[in-house]
Amino acid sequence: MSVQLEPNGRLRHLLTTEGLPREMLTRILDTAESFSGVLGKSVKKVPLLRGRTIINLFFEPSTRTRTTFELAAQRLSADVLNIDVATSSTSKGESLLDMLRNLEAMQCDAFVVRHADSGAAEFIARHVRPGVAVINAGDGRHAHPTQALLDAFTIRREKGPLEPLTIAIVGDILHSRVARSQIHALLGLGAGQVRVIAPRTLLPRDIQRLGVRVYEDMDAGLEGADVVMMLRLQRERMRGALLPSESEFFARFGLTEKRLERTHPDSIVMHPGPVNRGVELDPRVADGPRSVILRQVTNGIAVRMAVMSIVLGGYSDATETGLEESPS
Amino acid sequence: MSRIHIRGGHLIDPAHRRNGPGDVFVAEGRILALDTPPAEFTPDETIDASGQIVAPGLVDAAVRLREPGATRKGGIVPEARAAAAAGITTLLQQPDTTPIIDTPSVVELIHSRAAAADAARVRPIGALTHGLGGEYLAEMAALRDAGCPAVGDGGRPVANSLVLRRALDYAATFSLPVVITPEDVALAESGRVHEGEVATRLGLPGQPAATETTALARLLALVEELGTPAHIARLSTARGAEMVAQAQDRGLPITADVAIHQLFFTEHDCAAYNTAAHVRPPLRTQADRDALRQAVAEGVIGTICSDHQPHDPDAKACPFADSEPGLSGVDTLLPLVLRLVDEGLLELGEAIHRVTHGPAQAFGLAAGTLTPGATADITIIDPRTVWRVTPESLRSRGRNSLFIGWELTGSANTTLVGGRTVHSPAL
Repeated sequence: MSVQLEPNGRLRHLLTTEGLPREMLTRILDTAESFSGVLGKSVKKVPLLRGRTIINLFFEPSTRTRTTFELAAQRLSADVLNIDVATSSTSKGESLLDMLRNLEAMQCDAFVVRHADSGAAEFIARHVRPGVAVINAGDGRHAHPTQALLDAFTIRREKGPLEPLTIAIVGDILHSRVARSQIHALLGLGAGQVRVIAPRTLLPRDIQRLGVRVYEDMDAGLEGADVVMMLRLQRERMRGALLPSESEFFARFGLTEKRLERTHPDSIVMHPGPVNRGVELDPRVADGPRSVILRQVTNGIAVRMAVMSIVLGGYSDATETGLEESPS
Repeated sequence: MSRIHIRGGHLIDPAHRRNGPGDVFVAEGRILALDTPPAEFTPDETIDASGQIVAPGLVDAAVRLREPGATRKGGIVPEARAAAAAGITTLLQQPDTTPIIDTPSVVELIHSRAAAADAARVRPIGALTHGLGGEYLAEMAALRDAGCPAVGDGGRPVANSLVLRRALDYAATFSLPVVITPEDVALAESGRVHEGEVATRLGLPGQPAATETTALARLLALVEELGTPAHIARLSTARGAEMVAQAQDRGLPITADVAIHQLFFTEHDCAAYNTAAHVRPPLRTQADRDALRQAVAEGVIGTICSDHQPHDPDAKACPFADSEPGLSGVDTLLPLVLRLVDEGLLELGEAIHRVTHGPAQAFGLAAGTLTPGATADITIIDPRTVWRVTPESLRSRGRNSLFIGWELTGSANTTLVGGRTVHSPAL
């Protein structure tokens, strides 16, 4: 039973891209497309969520994701409350459920949740009272659906329909919630081929069952790719004996201009940020003409606006998003 | 103590391959005779067991009663009573209480609480190492003298092979059975579920099957070299069961058990972050489950236990990785073992063996048999009662069963411990 979808197909929460029907994925992207028009205007606000309260509940530090969620909520005229729960204070003293009950008592309409535990967002979604929506802003290694949707949105904008595309995801697949959500979102949207490229120590067991092709050789994996999605490598991976060094990782799995030559001549390079320059990406690639990394950030706002408006209002397309009311 | 005549039941005594109608005569807390009453036996009480199974009381080889230490989750009195009502007459309590069962005083405390329960016997397994820390030997001789039938690692594996080797040797000096958890601590890492597709989809750290087989290989090598016996706790993998079978074939003194839930569930039951399915070792693949069943059928695994771990609701009402492992199991052990008979895996006698004579032998207990002269720990089973598992149906304080919603057949009608009726329809 899906927690995030109601029986009538309405999106109640956004917890994962796994199992989302293609129509819903497309609808989110289409709605984001309509919002991105607003963002180009001088007055960037729509009154869609006026009077609604959204709580950014972050159990893990994050600047980028939290900021874009905050901006998205503000652009929709919602009231936003940021709660940063330092890891140290989430001791066994107050349980997650207790905290949830307390926040619910403040009459909020949605929680945007980031938590270090896989399944935390789903757990919260199962326990919020009816009418409160939960948007997953990253849970452990499990999912980061808005990141994946903004990536899909960026690809669609840059490259058009996903069906003919070969998309390679490179790096620390094992620990990456972004990669898991990307895989489900891209395949759900009908992407031609999704590849993952990593050394074996950074590949989760049975990842091919998710529908991807697995490459342990970077050059082979990049061959003919239309999109290269790099993942961030956490520095602590050396300690767990997953990798010998950053330099060895970069030498085998870093994206350089030379390696990029193996991809399709019009390929684009993406990264969820923040980039470890010289570890995942050669700075010349990160700043080069194929890089769409900054556009991903911009698109993140529109996509998060789309998700918020859909889970909080059930609005289906641009004509219902209140865009007509916005000054032109 | 009353003299009891259990009349007209279907007797099953795996120790003697007894499987047929018969009567049991009890006096002075012991089984006096079967079938024919001793001379001048006049019962104070006659129990009509017609249509029922009369079996030795069940021996549950692995339980956590949460006392001392975590009585919000359980307690010796409520859990021992729940066990008795479920046909279990002996509970082997794991040593990882707070404080650890590594001194005679903790053993005495448990014995006195168990006596107050007037229900299933509680036999504390002593700690193998001091504080279960894996560094210094526990005072095993003192623990034995205080009443511990065995010593074990209590689910906290001894990482240091030298310490393990010496612990095996030292325990053997005092003829203490040793219970070892086959888990390589480093490989287990933070793994909460079986390493495979489910772990990958859920984004939960996985625990590979090699977590078990690596530790098992080390243990078997030590047992082979030392010639000391060991009991392997909670097998979970096909390869592990195969290794145990091969070791037994070579004549190594190895016994093994499996938690009953491993015979019914797989990793897929962890889907949707079902914290009720968070157990240690983790639920593994269908192939593992099938191989474990086969090993039970072949007798490689001679003991089935509940691995009872009652919890308060908070322990499971959190994200999966934060939840505490284990499920509440004493209430369902008997009907689930009977279900294995219904499913054709085991003959009734074999099934009863795995929860009576099997564990009694592995732990050197004078229990699990209807032999005249033996202590009268007897369970009279109604093999036909059908009941649905609900939180309210559980007598254990822990409502964290993974079998909630299941319809089970069979229950303990009457339970005798040392000839005393501790559970009956009248009680």
